[in-house]
Amino acid sequence: MTTVRISDDSLARACGADALAAAFESAGAQVERVSSWGMHWLEPLVEIAGIGFGPATVDDVPAILDGSSEKRIGVIAEHPFIVSQQRLTFARAGRTRALSLEDYGATGGWAGLTRAREIGPERVLEEVTQSGLRGRGGAGFPAGIKWQTAAKAMGDEKYIVCNADEGDSGTFADRMLIEGDPFALVEGMTIAGHAVGALQGYVYLRSEYPHAISKLRQAIALSADIVAPFRLEVRVGAGAYVCGEETSLLNSLEGKRGEVRAKPPLPALEGAFGKPTVVNNVLTLAAVPHILIDGGASLYGSLGVERSKGTMPIQLAGNIRHGGLYETAFGISLRELIHDIGGGTASGRPVKAVQVGGPLGAYIHPDQFDLPFDYEAYAAADGLIGHGGVVVFDDSADMGAMARFAFEFCAAESCGKCTPCRIGSVRGMEIIDSIRDGGREPDRLELAPQMHNASKSTRGKAEQVQLLEDLCEVMRDGSLCALGGFTPYPVESAMRHWPEDFGLDE
Amino acid sequence: MVDSEERIASICARHGESQGPLLPILHDIQGEFGCVDEEAERAVAQALNLTRAEVHGVVSFYHDFKPVADGRPVVQICRAEACQARGVEALVAGAEATAGERVRLETVYCLGLCSVGPNARVGDTMHSRLDPARLRRLIEAV
Repeated sequence: MTTVRISDDSLARACGADALAAAFESAGAQVERVSSWGMHWLEPLVEIAGIGFGPATVDDVPAILDGSSEKRIGVIAEHPFIVSQQRLTFARAGRTRALSLEDYGATGGWAGLTRAREIGPERVLEEVTQSGLRGRGGAGFPAGIKWQTAAKAMGDEKYIVCNADEGDSGTFADRMLIEGDPFALVEGMTIAGHAVGALQGYVYLRSEYPHAISKLRQAIALSADIVAPFRLEVRVGAGAYVCGEETSLLNSLEGKRGEVRAKPPLPALEGAFGKPTVVNNVLTLAAVPHILIDGGASLYGSLGVERSKGTMPIQLAGNIRHGGLYETAFGISLRELIHDIGGGTASGRPVKAVQVGGPLGAYIHPDQFDLPFDYEAYAAADGLIGHGGVVVFDDSADMGAMARFAFEFCAAESCGKCTPCRIGSVRGMEIIDSIRDGGREPDRLELAPQMHNASKSTRGKAEQVQLLEDLCEVMRDGSLCALGGFTPYPVESAMRHWPEDFGLDE
Repeated sequence: MVDSEERIASICARHGESQGPLLPILHDIQGEFGCVDEEAERAVAQALNLTRAEVHGVVSFYHDFKPVADGRPVVQICRAEACQARGVEALVAGAEATAGERVRLETVYCLGLCSVGPNARVGDTMHSRLDPARLRRLIEAV
């Protein structure tokens, strides 16, 4: 009987993988549901003896089974999109069944945990530090330093918290990892627990990912004996973007409003329930098992550039022809990512802008496409790589509207604790509207005789632009967390590169 | 009344052992009743020894918890940047016309399917590569 492999990742399912799998079964084939290779334009991708067919529909089933299908793409593992990657975190993508302990063990699973238990916590901390692994959630803080802080902290109980509140538009690597290789996250968290002396782990997973929630809960139940005495629990978010910020996440985990906490105290010293807590992103924790195998730390540290070590799972999204997951060493340029690998826009029109790093990331102009993908280079260019999401826009995009959306999003998702974010976001929307309207007249309140300091004359565009720049400075320097603090990035970059979209070109 | 009080009490009891049980409890109540209303807030506050203000603060903070039940079917449409880049905004007017009063359309920011948008969610099922016709059929079918 022919064995047909089809992904059960939620993206493949959203593109029709379940109906396709059922059609193959009724045609007499044996269907095996595996993780996704990450070539999303080809989903649902069908694999028979290593050969791929995609994007497949139910109508393609007979032709795929008799080998005459025009959707044949050749050997999947030799596809240029796959062979040009350096997959460590996503080494199993497409190759294993997500919930099969047998597949996980056969592909090097638990080797990192076994060795970590042999060498003891001290050396685990040393090796993670030596590997140069930095937090993949966005801030890029060295994981080893965070772990050491929590390990040294006094506390009768400690926690490992995995931040799986992947709210950034254009990112899906956390979801793919949890749905495709959940044991890797379980193993990484267990190693972290072993290193810092924590017995309880929480995964804070967003409610927009129902499939990932169910997969991870099953994986935790299946591996409970292997990770014991460490215990894991999934906690489901409730639709608040700001809970991806670590202190807000901790409040939410404790059952409070997801408001940001001031730091210090650092979560590593006083985190969940007031105890020392390591909060790391999914991709950070899932990279740990590879670092802990023999020689893994030096291999990891040998990849990448300067202070950005190892690999980054980059997510190619938005208006791009070949979207999907592309894991590679740091240092790759946007030009390569978007044109060589991504094949340009899906619409076939010219690329106008690329937003890197989610809703709080800067819009990058095609003139800057040689920028290398690393934390410091993006910071120097007033941007951020964030969680590695790359969203492509074609020339039909209105960057003035996108800048306004950045404020609108911030207003909708602000936790309300600090004023620059809560009020600045609403005022920002109004100022962008007034710039696009060509300025504004003073309102009734401003004309009142008591308002001595308010201007009585028409506010021109230039004046409103100055006001917007001042507002951005206040938000950047005065907000408690990255939501208010980084919203100026998309706004200012859009205004700098595409002034014509704000009516500022004359 | 008595029935719903008992059901809320048993939900609270089910999570009694866990640390910081409020969000899991609220999720279960939202799932069972379609909302977390004033009565539920009082019952939860009582069970967890919190003030009603504390519980209301949490309920009103999160988008997932609704103060009143809305029996209509829901279609969530992602309107974040990646779906905007793939043209979701052009679908909205048509979707609203199809939905009318019968179906509630909700905006969500990101379902994590950003390379194959525009995307929508109905229950726990995701739908990708939506065009006007596919979205119309989806809304008509719920």
